[in-house]
Amino acid sequence: MNKVIDAVQSDAGVQQALETALQQEFKEEWKDIAPLLSVRELNKFYAPGKGCGDINFDLYPGEVLGIVGESGSGKSTLLSCLSARLTPDSGNVIYNSERFGEMDLYACEESMRRVLMRSEWGIVHQHARDGLRMNVSAGANIGERLMAVGERHYGDIRAKAEEWLTAVEIDTGRIDDRPSQFSGGMQQRLQIARNLVTHPKLIFMDEPTGGLDVSVQAKLLDLLRNLVSRLGLSVIIVTHDLAVARLLAHRLMVMRRGQVVETGLTDQVLDDPQHPYTQLLVSSILQN
Amino acid sequence: MYVAVKGGEKAIDNAHALMRTQRRGDSAIAELSVDQIRQQLPLAVDRVMNEGSVYDPELAALALKQASGDAVEAIFLLRAYRTTLPRFGYSEPLDTEQMQIERRISGTFKDLPGGQILGSTYDYTHRLLDFSLLAAGEAEMAPEEANALSEALAAGNSCPRVLELLNKEGLIEQSRESGLDDQVPRDLTREPVNYPAERAVRLQNLIRGDEGFLLSLSYASMRGYGDSHPFSGEMRTGRVSVELVPEELGFPIEVGEVLLTESEMVNQFHGSKDLPPQFTRGYGIAFGRAERKAMSVALVERALRAEELGEEVLYPTQDQEFVLSHTDCVSANGFVSHLKLPHYVDFQSELEMIRRLRNEQSQATQSKTTNEEADA
Amino acid sequence: MSTATGYNFAYLDEQSKRMIRRAILKGVAIPGYQVPFGGREMPLPHGWGTGGMQVTASVIGEADKLKVIDQGADDTTNAVSIRRFFAHTAGVETTEQTAEATLIQTRHRIPERPLQADQILIYQVPIPEPLRFIEPRESETRKMHALSEYGAMQVKLYEDVARFGHIATSYDYPVMVNNRYMMDPSPIPKFDNPKMSMMPALQLFGAGFEKRIYAVPPFTQVESLDFDDHPFEVQSWDEACAICGSDHSFLDEVITDDNGSKMFVCSDTDYCRERVDQGFVGTAADLSTSEQETEQ
Repeated sequence: MNKVIDAVQSDAGVQQALETALQQEFKEEWKDIAPLLSVRELNKFYAPGKGCGDINFDLYPGEVLGIVGESGSGKSTLLSCLSARLTPDSGNVIYNSERFGEMDLYACEESMRRVLMRSEWGIVHQHARDGLRMNVSAGANIGERLMAVGERHYGDIRAKAEEWLTAVEIDTGRIDDRPSQFSGGMQQRLQIARNLVTHPKLIFMDEPTGGLDVSVQAKLLDLLRNLVSRLGLSVIIVTHDLAVARLLAHRLMVMRRGQVVETGLTDQVLDDPQHPYTQLLVSSILQN
Repeated sequence: MYVAVKGGEKAIDNAHALMRTQRRGDSAIAELSVDQIRQQLPLAVDRVMNEGSVYDPELAALALKQASGDAVEAIFLLRAYRTTLPRFGYSEPLDTEQMQIERRISGTFKDLPGGQILGSTYDYTHRLLDFSLLAAGEAEMAPEEANALSEALAAGNSCPRVLELLNKEGLIEQSRESGLDDQVPRDLTREPVNYPAERAVRLQNLIRGDEGFLLSLSYASMRGYGDSHPFSGEMRTGRVSVELVPEELGFPIEVGEVLLTESEMVNQFHGSKDLPPQFTRGYGIAFGRAERKAMSVALVERALRAEELGEEVLYPTQDQEFVLSHTDCVSANGFVSHLKLPHYVDFQSELEMIRRLRNEQSQATQSKTTNEEADA
Repeated sequence: MSTATGYNFAYLDEQSKRMIRRAILKGVAIPGYQVPFGGREMPLPHGWGTGGMQVTASVIGEADKLKVIDQGADDTTNAVSIRRFFAHTAGVETTEQTAEATLIQTRHRIPERPLQADQILIYQVPIPEPLRFIEPRESETRKMHALSEYGAMQVKLYEDVARFGHIATSYDYPVMVNNRYMMDPSPIPKFDNPKMSMMPALQLFGAGFEKRIYAVPPFTQVESLDFDDHPFEVQSWDEACAICGSDHSFLDEVITDDNGSKMFVCSDTDYCRERVDQGFVGTAADLSTSEQETEQ
C-alpha cells in the first residue's frame, strides 16, 4: 500500500497539472451560467477538529454534488450549514433564489430562509422520522407543504398526494396509513414525495440510503436518479457510501477531519484518486 | 321537576370550614405556633422563602402553618402576598465575598485561604431514627457546651471565593466579559420571559424553581443527559448585608442582612481554535440554608449555557424553553390541579362528536351489508 | 362601597393595571396577536382563571356590573369564587343576568344572548397558543405567527377529514382573526365560534399562566379554519332543553339515575331562566305538571 502511495506522490506534479486542466475545461463550459449555490470560506467548529472549515465550492443548476467521507468527517455539519439549519462561525453561502434573487443565507432575514425551506428547497434526512411527521398519514405528510403555501381544497390536496405516491411507487391505497406502518424504503420514498410536491429547485440529502437493505437501496437509488434527471433537480448529497456517490453524483467532494481533501468529477475521483485518504477510501470499498 | 344544581356558594363555605378543622387536628394536642415552626422547622421555612421569593421567615412560617405543612401550598400563599407588595427599589448587587461565613466547603482544594468550615450539616450523620426525639424531645445541653457551639455558629470572617483564585490565573472564564459594566437584570416578576432568555433571567427563574424538579434535572445532567461533569468549587453559607440607594440620598445604606447559600461549580474546560481551554462556571444561590437547591441551580444553570458556549444542545436539561417553562411549582401545581375544575362543556362537545362518528360508522357498515345482501 | 382592607381596588395595584391595560390596547390594535405581559401572581392557582381575573381587575370600574360564568353557568364553584373575589376586593355590583352585565368573565362559553356594544366579554385562557400541540417551542410558534406559517395546523384538519370524514375538533377550535393571526378561542365549544365574528362587544382574552393577552375588537371578522370542500359546521342536538324547550342553545347532558337515563338542559343557565320567565317550557316541566295533576 505504501508503495502505491509513494508512486502516486512522486507523480503528483503531473496529476496536479492534469486536474487543473480538467477543471479549467469544466469552468469554460459553465462560464455563462450563474451558480445556484456558492460557498466561500465557510467554517463551523464545535470544538477543535469537530466540525468543518475552509469550505469553498459552487453548485450549478442541474448538478448533483456528492460529499463523501467517513463518519465524523464534518460532512453532516457542512450539509446543515448549507441548508440554512446551522449558522456557521464564519463564511458565506450565496443562493440564487427564484423568488428573492441572489441572497446570502446567513446575512438575510430568517423569514426568507424559512420560505426557501418550504418552497424552493427540499431536505431528505437520513432518518425518516426527522423528515416525516410520524403521527399523521402519508397523505397529510405530502399535503403539508401544499397547505403551507395556501392550498385549502381537501379533494385537490388528496389528489396531488395520490399523484406523488404513484411517482415514488407507493400504492395509493396506503394514503391514509401512517409512516410508522411503512418499511424503511417506503418511508424514504415518502420523504422524497413530501419534498418534491412543491417542485423545489435544490434538494439536500443526508445519507438517504443509510440503514436500508442492499436491494431496497438499489431500488431507491434508481428512483432518485430518474426523478433527479426528469425534474432537472440540483442536489447536494452526503454519503459515506461511494457506490451511492458513483451512481448519483456528477461531482464529488472528499472530506476528512473537517477539511475538503479532494474534489473533482465523480469518475475522475473514484477511478484515479489523488489524495492518500481518497485512495484509502476507494481501496477499502474495492476490498469489500 | 329537574332543577339545575345550585349551592356553589354554600358548598365552598362548608369546604373551607372543614379544611380549617382538619388543619387544627385533635384539639387535645397543643396548637403549633408560627414561632415554633420558624425556630424548629427552619429548612422547610427556607424552601418556602426561596420558591415564594420573599425573604421573610415569619411569613414563610405562617404560610406553612396555614397550608398544613404543604410546601407548595405555602409557597403559593407567599407568592400571592408578594405580588401585592409595593416595589420600593432594587438593592445593590450583594457582595458575597463579604459574607460572614458559617459554613464553607470546597470540593476542589483541600486547603485554601480562609479554610474549609464544616459548620452545621446533616452530611456525615448516620441516618438512624433518633427515638429519643420521639420520647422526650431534645436533651438539654450543658451550658458551656451550648456556648461553645453558638460561638462556633456565630459568623466567621469573610474571605475571597475559590473561583476568584482560578480567575487570577485565567484558568476559568470571566463571570462577565471584561470591560462590560454590570448589566441591569430584567425583573422576571414584572416582565414576561422571552426566549432565548439571558443568563440573569434564567438564574432568577431557576432560583424560584421547584427544588425537586431542579434536583432531578441536575441529577439527569450528571448521569449523561446534559454533559455535565462538574466540581463543586465552593459552597458557602452565611450572612450578607443588603444595601439600597434611596433616591433622595444618592448613596447606599444598609437595610438589613440575609442568610444565603451560594454554590459555584467548576465545569469541564472548553475552548476553540482561537480560545485557549478554560474552565467554565455554573452558579447558584438561595435564601437560607439551602445547599441542595443552590447546587441544583448551579448544575442546571451550567447545562442551560450549552448554546451560549457553542456546545451541542442534545438533552432537555440544555433546553431553555423546556426547563424554564416548567420550573415554577405554583404554575405547575395550578395547571395540573385545574383538571379538577368542571369541563362539562368541552366534554359534552366531545361526547356529541364521538357519538356522531360512531353512528356514521355503524350506518356505513349497515348499508354495506345491505348492499352485499342485495347483490347476493 | 366595601373593599378588602389592605388591598387596592380590585386587588392589583394601579401600576400593574396600567401595564395590563397597555397590553390590552396593543392587543386591540393587532387583533388576534398574543401580547406578552408581565403577568402577576394572583391568589388563585394558575389555570383557574388568573389571566381573565387580571384583565377584569384592570378594566373594572366602580360603576361596572360583573357577571362571571363557568361552563355557561353562574353557580359553578369556580364562577362563584371569582365573582366573590371581585365583590370583595372591588365592591362592585354583580349580576347573573347577561343583559344587565357590563363585564362578563367567562370560562369555556359565550352567552347565548347576543352581546351589545357596551359590554366586554373576558375569556379565561389556559393555553393561548393555537399551535402549541403542533410545535411546543415558543420561539418557533412566534416565528410561525410572524410569517403566517399556518400549514401545520391545516395538517391536523386534513388528518381529521381523512380519518373521520369530518373535522373532528369539537372545542378549542382554532380561528383566523381579521385574516391575519391564527387564534385560540379558549376551550369554548365550536358551537360558540360563529358568535365571535362581528360581535358588537369587545372580546378580551387573558392567559395568566402563559402571560399573554389578546383581543378581538368589536365588529372584527373571525373565521373558523376549514377546507373549501369541508366547510366549518357547529354541533346540533336532536333533543331540546328539558327545562325551557330551547332547540337552538348549547345543551349539557345530565345523567338522572343509576341506569344512565339522561336529559338535556341549557348550559347557559341565565338564558334558560330568561326563557322560562318568558313562558317557554320543556319536557321536564310538562312531566312534573302532569305528575302533580295525577297526585291531585
